[in-house]
Amino acid sequence: MPTIKMTSHLYRFFPQLQDRTLAAPPGSVSEVLHAINEQAPGFTDYVLDERGVVRRHVKLCINDTIVIDRKTLADQVEDGDTLFIFQALSGG
Amino acid sequence: MTDTILLGTRKGTVMIDRRGAGWRPRPILHAGVPVCYAARDPRDGTLWAALDHGHWGPKLSRSRDGGKTWDDISSLKYPEGARHIAQVLPTPDFDPEAPAGTPEYANATVYKIWHLAFGGPDQPGRLYAGTIPGGLFVSDDGGGTWELNRPLWNHESRGGDLFAGDATSENQWGGTPASIDYGVFEPGIHSIIVDPRDPNHLHVAVSSAGVLESTDGGKTWAGRNRGMLMDYLPNPEADWGHDPHFVTQCPGQPDHLWQQNHCGVFYSDDGAQSWKKVSDPNTGVNFGFPVAVDEQDGRTAWVVPGRSDAQRMTIDGGLFVARTEDGGQSWQALRNGLPQENAHDIVLRHALDVSGDCLCFGSTTGNAYLSEDRGETWQCLGNNFPPIYSVRLG
Repeated sequence: MPTIKMTSHLYRFFPQLQDRTLAAPPGSVSEVLHAINEQAPGFTDYVLDERGVVRRHVKLCINDTIVIDRKTLADQVEDGDTLFIFQALSGG
Repeated sequence: MTDTILLGTRKGTVMIDRRGAGWRPRPILHAGVPVCYAARDPRDGTLWAALDHGHWGPKLSRSRDGGKTWDDISSLKYPEGARHIAQVLPTPDFDPEAPAGTPEYANATVYKIWHLAFGGPDQPGRLYAGTIPGGLFVSDDGGGTWELNRPLWNHESRGGDLFAGDATSENQWGGTPASIDYGVFEPGIHSIIVDPRDPNHLHVAVSSAGVLESTDGGKTWAGRNRGMLMDYLPNPEADWGHDPHFVTQCPGQPDHLWQQNHCGVFYSDDGAQSWKKVSDPNTGVNFGFPVAVDEQDGRTAWVVPGRSDAQRMTIDGGLFVARTEDGGQSWQALRNGLPQENAHDIVLRHALDVSGDCLCFGSTTGNAYLSEDRGETWQCLGNNFPPIYSVRLG
C-alpha cells in the first residue's frame, strides 16, 4: 500500500489523521487523495479546488519526484511509494 | 447598545467585548489565518468569518455559540461549467494596436469570499456571499449549501451566458488587484445590500464595474451607475468601469445610499437611480475605501479619507474621520483622540462600521479606534492588532 505523509498544518483541520500511518490503495494521485477524503471528509477541499486542481500553494511529491500534472493528477502511486503533501510557505 | 466588536484581521478573528466602561479583546480566534470579513447575523446571532487560507483555499467559518466553537465549511464552490472571461495582463510582447481578438476563458474557482450579507427577517437561513471572481452566492439553509446566482454571473455586462455559450463576450467588468496580500485580477463583489423594506430588492457593487440592482430577488439585474464619474477612462460617464470601494444603505431611509469610490464619494437619495459626487477635496474627502451611513438619517455619513490613488495612506500624517450631516454638501473633519502625527494608516472597505452613536474602524497598521458619540471623540482599542480588514459592531 502507498503511504501518505502530509504537512502538520493539515492536522489542524483533520485531527483524526494525526498520529496515524496513512495508507491508501495504489492508484492515481487523484484516487489516493480521494481515498484520504473518505477517511477525513472535506480533505480534498483543502488540497484541491472545486475543479480538482491542486491549489496554487500546495505541492505534491511521489517519493522524491514533484507531481507536475496538477490538473488531472494522473500520476500513479504504486505499492511502496510515499505521497507527500506540502504547503509552500512564504511571508509573514 | 453595541456590546461586541468583530475584527477580521491578517491573523485571525478578534472579538472585543464591552466590560463596564471599557473594552477588552478576547484571545484571538482562527489564530494565524487571514480573515477578510467577520460579521454577526442579526437574526439569530450566528457569527461568520470568511477565511482566506493562503494554502488551503477560502473557507467560511461559522459559530453558533457566540464564538466559543467554529465549524469551517467548504460548500461554497462554483458549479461545473461556470467560466468567465479571464483578464489578459499586458505581457512583454503585448501590442495595444493588435490586442488578442479572441477572449480567453477560465473555469471559475473561488479565490476569495469577500463579503457576507443576511436575508430579511422572513427569510430564515438566507445568506449572501460575494466572491472574487465576481460571484454572488445564495444559501437558504444557513450556509450548508450555496447556489451561484446565474443571472448576475451571466449578465450581459460581463459577456453574457458563459454557461450555455450564448455569450456576447463583451466584458464590462474589469479586474481588481484588491486582495489581502496579493493581486487577484478578477472582478470581485464586495458590497451586498438587502433592502430592509423588501428582501427581494438587492444592490451589489463590483470593483472595476459598478453598482447593480435587482428588484426581483436576483432574477434580473440592471446597472445603476448614472451620475457616476470616473477619472481614469476616456468617457468618465460610461455605464460600466466604475470602481466603488464600498457601497452602503441607510436602514431607516433605504433610498439613501452612499459609496466611497476610487474617484470620490458619491451619494444617492433615490435608491441608486442616480448618484452625485459629493467629495470635498478641501477637507480631504475624496479617495478612500470605507463609508458608513447613519441608521436613521440617510444624509449623515462618515468616511475615513486617504491620500490619492498613488499614495494610499493618511493625509499629512494625521488620521481623521470626516462626517457629513447634509448629504455631502459639507464635511467636518473629526480628529479628537486620533493620532495627528506620524500616522500612516489606511482603512480598508469593510473596516468602518456604525451602530447607533457608536463608530469603530481599524487600519492595516493594526490600530483600532472607537467613538461612542458619533465621531466627536475617539478612544484607542489597541495599536498592535494584525492588519485589520473588517470591523463590524454588534
